[in-house]
Amino acid sequence: MAKRPAHLAVPYDDLGQQMEAATLGMWTFLATEVLFFGGLFTAFIVYRYAYAEAFVQAGRRTLILYGTINTAVLLTSSLTMSLAGYAVRKDDLKWLLRFLLATVFLGTCFLGIKGLEYYHDWQEHLIPGRHFPSALPVQGQIFWFLYWLLTGVHAAHLAVGIGLVVVIAWMAAHRRYSSSYYSPVQISGLYWHFVDLLWLWLYALIYLINRH
Amino acid sequence: MTALPAPLVRPRVYVLVWLALLLLLALNWGLAQLNLGPSNLIAALAIAFVQMMLALLFFMHVRYSTSLTRVFVAAGFIWLLVLFDLTLSDYLTRGSVAGRYDKSWEHGAWPANQSVPPAR
Repeated sequence: MAKRPAHLAVPYDDLGQQMEAATLGMWTFLATEVLFFGGLFTAFIVYRYAYAEAFVQAGRRTLILYGTINTAVLLTSSLTMSLAGYAVRKDDLKWLLRFLLATVFLGTCFLGIKGLEYYHDWQEHLIPGRHFPSALPVQGQIFWFLYWLLTGVHAAHLAVGIGLVVVIAWMAAHRRYSSSYYSPVQISGLYWHFVDLLWLWLYALIYLINRH
Repeated sequence: MTALPAPLVRPRVYVLVWLALLLLLALNWGLAQLNLGPSNLIAALAIAFVQMMLALLFFMHVRYSTSLTRVFVAAGFIWLLVLFDLTLSDYLTRGSVAGRYDKSWEHGAWPANQSVPPAR
């Protein structure tokens, strides 16, 4: 009987089976995330339908330039995360670390740009409550409530993703991964791409469909 | 050893998918600048859907996954559609059903700047 690889955990027959189990586990978690965000999306759709005109007037006040730049930043971070997954398969540990750090950098840029955007929104009093601009319809507050909630929860997910990739990068720097053991890199990548994918829908719902 | 631990996707594929995603982003941004009426909404959501599929299939390797993994991927989205379907089958049909109903949920029933009606 062949010797078991060092990274093969007890219940699994081979690394392929172990990798698939990890993938299924992550997708199970992501399915709960789909439904978590799905509830918020449902609320957005229902109110967008009910108060279409108010959503357009309020939605025009979003800063589409920040949103668009942030989408590009996040899509690029998904590319660097994917390339990290390739580098580890090729035992290229130097580029693995570089791509992981690039991903962390781009994720942090996203949060920085988002913070700048939040600052401008704050300056304009685009917050549900007493100081909400009186020029905007009352139901516009629902739009801005969902704006802060959706983008805030997304930013929290991205912050978790950054922490995750920092840990993976730290482990990579300590040569914990190689072409024979790389599932943590791939599995973290799934989470990272998922947060990116969510943003694509937020971008469409918040910045694009409420302008005309 | 039955299956490969995971697919090895060429960097070229990732770069091409990334370029396609950026192109679609530019298209989506450009279309939002024009007033196309209801087509704005349809176009934005259609482009977001194509972008999501590209990310799922290539970045998240669903294209190269086993059938079992695909079932797990599909499960979350299918339940999401059930959530949308059951919720919207209520809100979108209010007013089409005979009997008492809350008119305030009819599409366009509340023009902008009209204050919220008092709770009953």
